[in-house]
Amino acid sequence: MEHMQIFFQQLINGISLGSIYALIALGYTMVYGIIKLINFAHGDIYMVGAYVGFFAITKLNMSFIPALVASMLFCALLGIVIERMAYKPLRNATRIAALITAIGVSLFLEYGGILIVSPQPRAFPDVFPMSKLTFFDGKVYMTNQQIVIFLVAIILMILLQYIVHRTKIGKAMRAVSYDQDAALLMGINVNTTISATFAIGSALAGAAGVLVGIYYTSISPLMGIIPGLKAFVAAVLGGIGSIPGAAVGGLLMGVIEAMVSGYWSSTLRDAVAFGILILILIIKPTGIFGKNIREKV
Amino acid sequence: MLKINDINVYYGAIHAIKGISLEVKEGEIITLIGANGAGKSTILKTISGLLRSKTGDILFNNKSLHSMAAQDIVRSGICHIPEGRRIFANMSVLENLELGCFLQKDKAAIKKNMEHVFEKFPRLKERISQSAGTLSGGEQQMLAIGRGMMSRPKLMLLDEPSMGLAPLLVKEIFSIIKEINEAGTTILLVEQNANMALSIANYAYVLETGKIVLKGPTAELAESEDLKKAYLGG
Repeated sequence: MEHMQIFFQQLINGISLGSIYALIALGYTMVYGIIKLINFAHGDIYMVGAYVGFFAITKLNMSFIPALVASMLFCALLGIVIERMAYKPLRNATRIAALITAIGVSLFLEYGGILIVSPQPRAFPDVFPMSKLTFFDGKVYMTNQQIVIFLVAIILMILLQYIVHRTKIGKAMRAVSYDQDAALLMGINVNTTISATFAIGSALAGAAGVLVGIYYTSISPLMGIIPGLKAFVAAVLGGIGSIPGAAVGGLLMGVIEAMVSGYWSSTLRDAVAFGILILILIIKPTGIFGKNIREKV
Repeated sequence: MLKINDINVYYGAIHAIKGISLEVKEGEIITLIGANGAGKSTILKTISGLLRSKTGDILFNNKSLHSMAAQDIVRSGICHIPEGRRIFANMSVLENLELGCFLQKDKAAIKKNMEHVFEKFPRLKERISQSAGTLSGGEQQMLAIGRGMMSRPKLMLLDEPSMGLAPLLVKEIFSIIKEINEAGTTILLVEQNANMALSIANYAYVLETGKIVLKGPTAELAESEDLKKAYLGG
């Protein structure tokens, strides 16, 4: 019986953490899908999102939802600016040049962050009263924060699915990611479409930043590095470029980490996370949902 | 309608189009024929804005396309159906057609255009929700042409519509091209299948390594000894 309790408790913890990974992984995968760039600055956008949420709540006295929206909007704008200034001039350059630039942007955000908000970690305010939902006579529980994280992540993913499949900009995004020249011939404005992709991906990272602030109650300028890398692993696990893949990959990563912490040791969870990356690259580099679609000519 | 004045196009250091001028008159079918690498597709890409000419100019209804963004060229009434169809294989037939009139905002007009496409290609209607990548080669070509028709273009640029298709299908596609033309769309057709192209076009240009080596009304060209030797297997 105790075994089952650990399992269910870690499953709940894993799904909450995994929802956050999934939100970050979605941005990675969308940007990769459209310009074939691993945007290593993506984890730092998530950090910026956490800080915007922090200041919105503490300095502007916003409640949770307005702070979440403010953070998403700010990050969307930041994503567009980064793409226009750093990546667009390199669109026809080699992929390695863009990748190195992404690492540069990442360092710029991290150390720019240290300069502006100081390297001291800050305590994220409690937005929700501490209470829990209990199961199995109180031995397995789900906190308010976990419920909020899960709900927000699900709502945002449904919204994303709607945007990508039902709206015009979503269709343009899929067309550009499949074949940029053919999209141009349809009259699609490729620059606007790429900007929109960065905006949406960055907004999701911003939301993840606020959620993680609520969950771990501590934020710092370098907080984006490890979750950013893990979300990248999650995106590769799901199949980079695939939106459902990023969602599933993120959730799986969260659950695997929680299980490793619960049954084994929490010091090993990072090793396992990056071990997964190595295993996938060896066994199935296209990930769970990645396919090599071959065209008929 | 379309006037190309002495354009030079480069791929890096390679001089692909060497001072070509040509004219497309409204209502006609003009064909560009020539071997692989002659520069046929390059000319079409330069018209639709995927490539830019270094010198020279392209005028469409007396407006220069040279510094126009690709989407504005589409908006002005030119549609380019690229070589190899380039359909969006990961999307449904319906979504492909919708993307064909991306700039059209009027829903009623979109619906009308789609009905028009289905009239020409009833097979696309049967497969409307099917993923485009699962269509046969001939159906994919029909989808590519149908997608092009969705924008109701004044000028259609067609790049190798016969590529990889069985002779019977080639005949079908060409008769549809002729119908589209008769319904009022001007056509600039690039082909390696010179016989077929000459059979439906009014005027032809023959390209060799980036230069026009022969031009004239198709009836005359079909009799030309040079052309017969080079392209018609005569």
